[in-house]
Amino acid sequence: MINLENPKKFRGLVDQAHQVAKEIFRPNSRKYDLAEHEYPKELDILGALLDGMHASGAGEGAGAAGVRRDSVEDQGNRNSSNLSTALGTMELCWGDVGFLLTMPRQGLGNSAIASVANDEQLKRFAGRWAAMAITEPHCGSDSAAIRCSATKDGDHYVLNGDKIFVTSGDRADLVVVWATLDRNIGRAAVKSFVVEKGTPGLELVRLEHKLGIRASDTVQFALRDCRVHKDNLLGDPEINVEKGFAGVMQTFDNTRPLVAAMGVGLARACLEETRKTLEQAGIVIDYNRPAMVQSAAAAQFMAMEADYEAARLLTMQAAWMADNRKPNSLQASMAKAKAGRSCVDIALKCVELCGSIGYGEGELLEKWARDSKILDIFEGTQQIQLLIIARRLLGKTSAELK
Amino acid sequence: MTVTQNLMGLGLKVLNRLGGAKALDDPKLRKTATAVLKTGAATGFRLIGTVNRQFKSVRGPNKALRPGAASTDLFDLTPSDEQQMMRDTLAGFAAEQLRPNAQAADTACATPKAILQAAAELGIGSMQVHEELGGVGGAERSVVTNAIIAEALAQGDLGMAVACLAPVGVAAALAEWGTAQQQSTYLSSFIDEKAPVAAIAVLEPRPLFDPFKLSTSARRTDAGGYVLSGEKSLVPMAASAELFLVAASTTHGPQLFIVESGAKGIHITAEPAMGLRAAATARVRFDNVQLNASALLGGGEGDFSYENFIARSRLAWCALAVGTSQAAQDYLVTYCNERIAFGEPISHRQAVAFNISNIAIETDGMRLLTWRAAALAAAGKPFVREAALARRLCADKGTQIGADAVQLLGGHGFVKEHPVERWYRDLRAVGIMEGGLLL
Repeated sequence: MINLENPKKFRGLVDQAHQVAKEIFRPNSRKYDLAEHEYPKELDILGALLDGMHASGAGEGAGAAGVRRDSVEDQGNRNSSNLSTALGTMELCWGDVGFLLTMPRQGLGNSAIASVANDEQLKRFAGRWAAMAITEPHCGSDSAAIRCSATKDGDHYVLNGDKIFVTSGDRADLVVVWATLDRNIGRAAVKSFVVEKGTPGLELVRLEHKLGIRASDTVQFALRDCRVHKDNLLGDPEINVEKGFAGVMQTFDNTRPLVAAMGVGLARACLEETRKTLEQAGIVIDYNRPAMVQSAAAAQFMAMEADYEAARLLTMQAAWMADNRKPNSLQASMAKAKAGRSCVDIALKCVELCGSIGYGEGELLEKWARDSKILDIFEGTQQIQLLIIARRLLGKTSAELK
Repeated sequence: MTVTQNLMGLGLKVLNRLGGAKALDDPKLRKTATAVLKTGAATGFRLIGTVNRQFKSVRGPNKALRPGAASTDLFDLTPSDEQQMMRDTLAGFAAEQLRPNAQAADTACATPKAILQAAAELGIGSMQVHEELGGVGGAERSVVTNAIIAEALAQGDLGMAVACLAPVGVAAALAEWGTAQQQSTYLSSFIDEKAPVAAIAVLEPRPLFDPFKLSTSARRTDAGGYVLSGEKSLVPMAASAELFLVAASTTHGPQLFIVESGAKGIHITAEPAMGLRAAATARVRFDNVQLNASALLGGGEGDFSYENFIARSRLAWCALAVGTSQAAQDYLVTYCNERIAFGEPISHRQAVAFNISNIAIETDGMRLLTWRAAALAAAGKPFVREAALARRLCADKGTQIGADAVQLLGGHGFVKEHPVERWYRDLRAVGIMEGGLLL
């Protein structure tokens, strides 16, 4: 039966995530926005708490552990870990996107491991914090153009190349590095390798200074003859041209809705703050009367809320489809595209509606507006999402629709 | 309920109707359609007050029958078996009967009678009527099902969908808020192909119209009845309607009144507009129309909510916008893949392809917002905010989609050889209309 409300069974989890966002994230938001690169030690207790929750099975939805697609028999409509993780992510990012990105042991690398690692690897990497290194100085969205090379040498692979924009690269214990076995083959030759911090040849070059999400560290790595054991390769070691990119891309089908959820959470924070500020200024928002007979601020607020709702429901749709084993690549990209652009649009308009209060550092709105921009960029830019969507709708290959 | 029970219930009844629907016979329908269009164009609009049926109270329950709440605890986007069946059936009807006749109906400002009858025979009216009154509905509030029906029909043609759905809205309102007497007098007549043409009249002809500040008024008379005065705009199917549901201000705020079209003092003039032409929109003026006390929907007691009424009406327009936007999306995919420029399909250009991506994103968002509000309404929960946001999104994005569709076809989009210029005109209505329909 059609129903688009948050399932009751996740209410406890959502409340819990909201408390974390409200009591731990928000009070520390400004502090670490100003003190970029300083480790938010307040998150350590939280990390321990999350580990406990995962161990007890109660932690569904609190972070990166929940995106694995288990093979379970079909039993009608399912609301499970993809949806709960999306809802948890929304709540936490209502608090602070930067903190979510730097939650101990909740990195994108952890998502990759949780999604594609074998059982032995899952056990060996349990409890470790894993970052993800994909982007290179000359290639961003075009991950098939990766130059970082992996050369087989006995039981090891030797990695050589440069990686930039690695989230939590400084703080993580492991780095999942994308490298190619053969640059001439393209996507199918790209594999991911788990590299332990401290491995000779893995060098942290620098920490970036950023527009937003400053609580989260972003680093550049150089890999120079870095030897990694073959057991650290995630997925199929063979180059399978037919299956191609599927292995590495599988991670993204599961994580795009989560990045969309980050945008949804941030947008809600902006809308709630703006509503409060406007109402204090005497602006009335009436859902019965037409927008045209209300103030311009009220009309704009409702238009933003409509976009927010569309982003939120598209995100829930994509996560729900993953829970129900329905192919969701199209819906995941639609959610990411809509949430990415809407959260930037909403945040910047909210700053305008609140005037100097919105623009000043006295409130968090200006910070959220800065934080929001990355959400329309990482895990596939707006333009890449539109390409994916268009190719699927129009039935085009990447050679036809470039 | 099990799948089998569902199919045995509403499902079989609908299938049975579909199987027996004479009007689905294609050549016949086309013949009738042509005939109706010819007469419609020749006679034009008439002053109503003649050939009307006498609505008589049939023996019915002495308590009003209310549809039950439908709710679940899980997030779910899967239509029920019966909803899926209605969707498939109506999609076929829309593709085979509405789309091919849409341009002629648009030009003639009329929907062929045979099509209206075929739609009624598919059971879209009966679904609103409780089983005890001879219908096939009543167990659960049908707001979501009605949204799915409206979307499916509007994928064929928005204007003709409005014509088909106008009586359905009146029936749904009677089911939700009518008194026992109003239900037995009026609602029971909506169950078959002889269902009355009926329409909801809310919109008034002035800028910045606000349905919560109506000029049309219903004054209480000493005898206990009402005197209705005012003018309503863009009322669908008004000239052939036997029944109106009219919004008017009273000393107790805005209320709805059941007005039979034979009443004295009703003046109807054609009001053709930019779009919705197949719905034969008209101005309806009420000059001191005398009404009995029993004309007040819900009798002034019970749970009538004007806010919910307006919200459910807006949702009907949202569902139509979703259907027509989906039609535009599907049409554009085919067209842009076939249209060659500079040696390759124009869909190979990002400027074209990204536009189609955006149409798909917004259409999906519009559908989800509409469904959410409809599901809340069906469950008997507050849904006014959700309906308002659905309306905002559908009005803004729907209009944009209409404009983009014409743009992507270029000059071909501007001429009537393709349906997109009609979609451009029809989608503009979504942010303007108040009343007319109801989910």
